Amino acid sequence: MDLQDLYREVIVDHNKSPRNFRRIITPTHTADGFNPLCGDKLSIYLSIDGDIIKDIAFEGSGCAISVASASLLTEAVKGESVASARTLFERMRRLFTDQEDAPDIDQLGKLVALGGVRQFPSRIKCANLSWHALNAALRDGGVERASASTE
Amino acid sequence: MSVAADHIATVNTAFDVDTVRDQFPALHQEVHGKPLVYLDTAASAQCARPVIDAITAYTSHDHSNVHRGVHALSQRATDAYEQARADVARFLNAPSPENIVYTRGTTEAINLVAQSHGRTNLGPGDEVLISWMEHHANIVPWQQICEQTGATLKVARIDERGVLDIAHFESLLNERTRIVGLVHVSNALGTVNPIQELTALAHRVGAVVVVDGAQATPHMALDVQALDCDFYALSGHKMYGPTGIGALYGKRDLLAAMPPWQGGGDMILAVSFEKTIYNDVPFKFEAGTPNIAGAVGLGAACRFLSDLGLEAIAAHERALLDYAMDVLAADDLRIIGTAPDKGGVLSFVMDDVHPHDIGTIVDSEGVAIRTGHHCAMPVMEFFDVPATSRASFGVYTTRADIDRLKVALDRVREMFG
Repeated sequence: MDLQDLYREVIVDHNKSPRNFRRIITPTHTADGFNPLCGDKLSIYLSIDGDIIKDIAFEGSGCAISVASASLLTEAVKGESVASARTLFERMRRLFTDQEDAPDIDQLGKLVALGGVRQFPSRIKCANLSWHALNAALRDGGVERASASTE
Repeated sequence: MSVAADHIATVNTAFDVDTVRDQFPALHQEVHGKPLVYLDTAASAQCARPVIDAITAYTSHDHSNVHRGVHALSQRATDAYEQARADVARFLNAPSPENIVYTRGTTEAINLVAQSHGRTNLGPGDEVLISWMEHHANIVPWQQICEQTGATLKVARIDERGVLDIAHFESLLNERTRIVGLVHVSNALGTVNPIQELTALAHRVGAVVVVDGAQATPHMALDVQALDCDFYALSGHKMYGPTGIGALYGKRDLLAAMPPWQGGGDMILAVSFEKTIYNDVPFKFEAGTPNIAGAVGLGAACRFLSDLGLEAIAAHERALLDYAMDVLAADDLRIIGTAPDKGGVLSFVMDDVHPHDIGTIVDSEGVAIRTGHHCAMPVMEFFDVPATSRASFGVYTTRADIDRLKVALDRVREMFG
């Protein structure tokens, strides 16, 4: 167990200065994520035009892992299609939980840094939270506010 | 521990922690390559050797069912089970073992009171009064029974130190207050509530007082008759005993008037399809084959604590708390819960570092603490924090443990600095 694997530079950086950390006033899709175990709470907002995620932002409070994960998420899916965001959600889920690296891991870019949680089972939910919120927002967050929980 | 007669005055503060530590096998291990420092006693205290031995002896030699068989093992199991009940009664200074009902723990004990006494005695317009510092175990059962009966839940305020606002508590008491639920020692803040005084106030309006004693039992000398509370709930695993066992103390007349809350074997005298005659107190509340090994362990835990001396334990933990407050004090560290009368619980938050990250980093240093909301979300809301880190102390905690926590917290600062 190596702490450096969990708190990699990119994670510490995104926790300290989270990207897209704001609210979109009129989102097309939104969802809340809540981890009752540690009290992490975040809201994710999307502005989708046609099939493209034009804008994405988040706000809330959480540990370094959940904040960094959400921040990296917003960077990764901004400007992407809804379909590729869904594919990415599945890839990230495997990254967090599969014991072996997936064959397409090299396509994840700096998101790979989040894979450190695999050594820390109690922290997987922290990394997962924003991704589950994204998935919930895309699935049923169009009209009413959706919610996701990692419990 | 042998002490000369002329040193009696110091007996209560002298505490041979090394001898005590020898009785806790789990403490003697390495975690992530470092000697374990266990500062999560308020969540679950480690099991004491006499407890482990008692459970092993029972399971190896006497295991069978209680209150049923005429054979030798059943008799021995029954004796061990009832002896443990007597140990719990003596530990609490209850008038009789009949005042003690075994439960799975504090949570189940409070649910029992809510569902049995509460269901019988609450109705629309009635009130249940609790405090802001309650554990969810002393909130949710009351919310549920209020919803079921039409009663209203009232909450007495706390101040910024985490001390109960007694004037507010008193102002909420009225002739409609049927039940008062109070924590003796707060698990999230460490605050010790003046139960005797609060019980007297509640009794003035005729309310029944239910005390959550989970955190108090391992840390202070108890006398339920002096406290005069009507119910007192405890958990084995907070007392260096096993999980899955606890007890409810209740005043005899109240227990006798309460209906059973679960039906089954052992809680009956006679069953026909027309009518069932319930067993006497306390057995009518113990449906089904109980956790006999757990009860034996709980009895051993009570004796272990009494043998060490609750006053010596309280003094030991108070000294550790003072030391920890001193050693850990830093500009970036805020202590949550600063009541003058406080148990061995130190909740804190650090600037810009989430408790969950603190927990993981100090764990990598071999130091076990609790992080989260401690099943007391209203307390977190009151102090406007999502969660805290909590170091909690027990009979085996040393100053060296606290020094190790300090080093681990410096590692947190290094990583997030």
